[in-house]
Amino acid sequence: MSERRSAAAADRLPVLKTHKVYVGGKFPRSESGRFDRALAPDGTPIANICRCSRKDVRDAVTAARAAQAGWAARTAYNRGQILYRIAEMLEGRSGQFEALLAAGGRAPDEAAVEVQAATDRLLHYAGWTDKFQQVFSSVNPVATSHFNFSILEPMGVVGVLAPQSPLLGLVSSIAPAIAGGNTTVVLVTGSQPLPATTFGEVLNSSDVPGGVVNILTGRRDEMLAPLAAHRDVDAVLLCSPDPDVARSAEIEAVHNLKRVAVRAHEDWADVQSPYEITDLQEVKTTWHPIGS
Amino acid sequence: MQISTATASFESPPIDAVGVEERVARLCSRSIKKDAKLQALHLTLSMIDLTTLEGADSEGKVRQLCAKALQLHAALPDLPHVAAVCVYPALVGVAKRALEGSGINVASVATSFPAGQAPIEIKLLEVRRAVEAGADEVDMVISRGRFLAGDFAYTADEIASVKEACGEAHLKVILETGELGTLDAVRRASDLAMRSGADFIKTSTGKIKPAATMPVVLVMLEAIRDHYRRTGQKIGMKPAGGISTAKDAIRHLVMVRETLGQDWLDPDLYRFGASSLANDVLRQIVKQRSGIYQSFDDFSL
Repeated sequence: MSERRSAAAADRLPVLKTHKVYVGGKFPRSESGRFDRALAPDGTPIANICRCSRKDVRDAVTAARAAQAGWAARTAYNRGQILYRIAEMLEGRSGQFEALLAAGGRAPDEAAVEVQAATDRLLHYAGWTDKFQQVFSSVNPVATSHFNFSILEPMGVVGVLAPQSPLLGLVSSIAPAIAGGNTTVVLVTGSQPLPATTFGEVLNSSDVPGGVVNILTGRRDEMLAPLAAHRDVDAVLLCSPDPDVARSAEIEAVHNLKRVAVRAHEDWADVQSPYEITDLQEVKTTWHPIGS
Repeated sequence: MQISTATASFESPPIDAVGVEERVARLCSRSIKKDAKLQALHLTLSMIDLTTLEGADSEGKVRQLCAKALQLHAALPDLPHVAAVCVYPALVGVAKRALEGSGINVASVATSFPAGQAPIEIKLLEVRRAVEAGADEVDMVISRGRFLAGDFAYTADEIASVKEACGEAHLKVILETGELGTLDAVRRASDLAMRSGADFIKTSTGKIKPAATMPVVLVMLEAIRDHYRRTGQKIGMKPAGGISTAKDAIRHLVMVRETLGQDWLDPDLYRFGASSLANDVLRQIVKQRSGIYQSFDDFSL
């Protein structure tokens, strides 16, 4: 019986999953129809992934823009609940993520630690959603008869060049952006895209409204320039240790003077702070006349 | 007023709904790029009836819309102007003054738009008032209730009387295809309108969904083609409602070109009724010229 089963397994052609991209709450393929192979460290193919084009970037920005006002209008408390829900779902699928990280060459115990750290990071920002306003807003002393105060508002649509760290870095770049009411278009261009595409499936089952996070896979040189130049993108978060990448994207970003934030970390273990949220916020100061 | 017409009894050909869907799907798969796309986008702008038909419309809103019609985008002074501005009868005078000498027509909806549920005398009075105020084009609605009840003679008489009340003004007849139910009814209403004096036939008021779907427009274009072959008379077409992207507009142009030929690719014979289409077209034109994806924030309302 067991011999027959193993013989059948040897003859069987494996079914390679095509990991689709996550745009507007749906899982389309690239409009270009192109795909790449994701490879294990020994060179065997383990999955197909979409190779997105600039038109996929355009469509993702449209989805992110459509979702932005509604996401920002949710209460900070509700955004915290949803971030917490992502953490719950990630914890529930920790085994799958550990296997994906291990397939990418991570030692099993390291993979388990990374999945736990990613889950805890989501909790960190879930807690901050309804607190950073109180910490960073201010009432300002002025010499005229005005009540002067500053509050933070989300930038809007944030383009993210995801770091090479396939899960912890990914979560650490997305979570602070959406915690503050931004929506994101995330370019996954590293050698290990599978945790990111699978994280899209987690987001889709976590009450995150469609379009708040959009995840595209493909090549940096095809997607980053159109995203950085896009006039409907309000900020870009460039997670790359390569200064040339940041420089070229900054040049594209001048068209509408969008904010550029650069993260050059290779190790994302300690990258968590409310300043990650405020870097993607705009300060609005109001002068309110008082007295006579 | 009753006008005797011979239109009460006539046959419209039956419509093959599956065939229409297939033809539309095939035409929608055309790829229009680069220079051809830019040309199509410019043509689309020149065919737009810039429309505001809200209960909240004011003189200021209409003046602002007219300013937009006169200058679509300050950064691109070489663009064509739109074909017309479409408003309610009460605001025709305001639009007429704002557009004086520009070559842009003023269109007015009339005949108790959008429901059309008013006595015929009141409808005709409304048409006359709109024309007196300066409307160059009148968009009327047919009485869908009477039409669907099979009272085709009434509908034909109604259109003929409105045409008479229009005088010099061009008459566009709105069929409100979303309420007609079947493509057969759309074809019959199109034939009826053209035989009764319509200068244009128009899909919808924009108040009801679905509005200008591709199959409905194709059926109407085929009706126009058959009417032209029978009488030699060129009737115009105006899809309205639901066309908000440049991509949709280009698909419509492809369909017009393939069904009616080059002659109809002209603002005198083809119009888009739209409020948000113009800005998407402008966005695509700037993208085409600069290579950079644009934001709606950079274009006026």
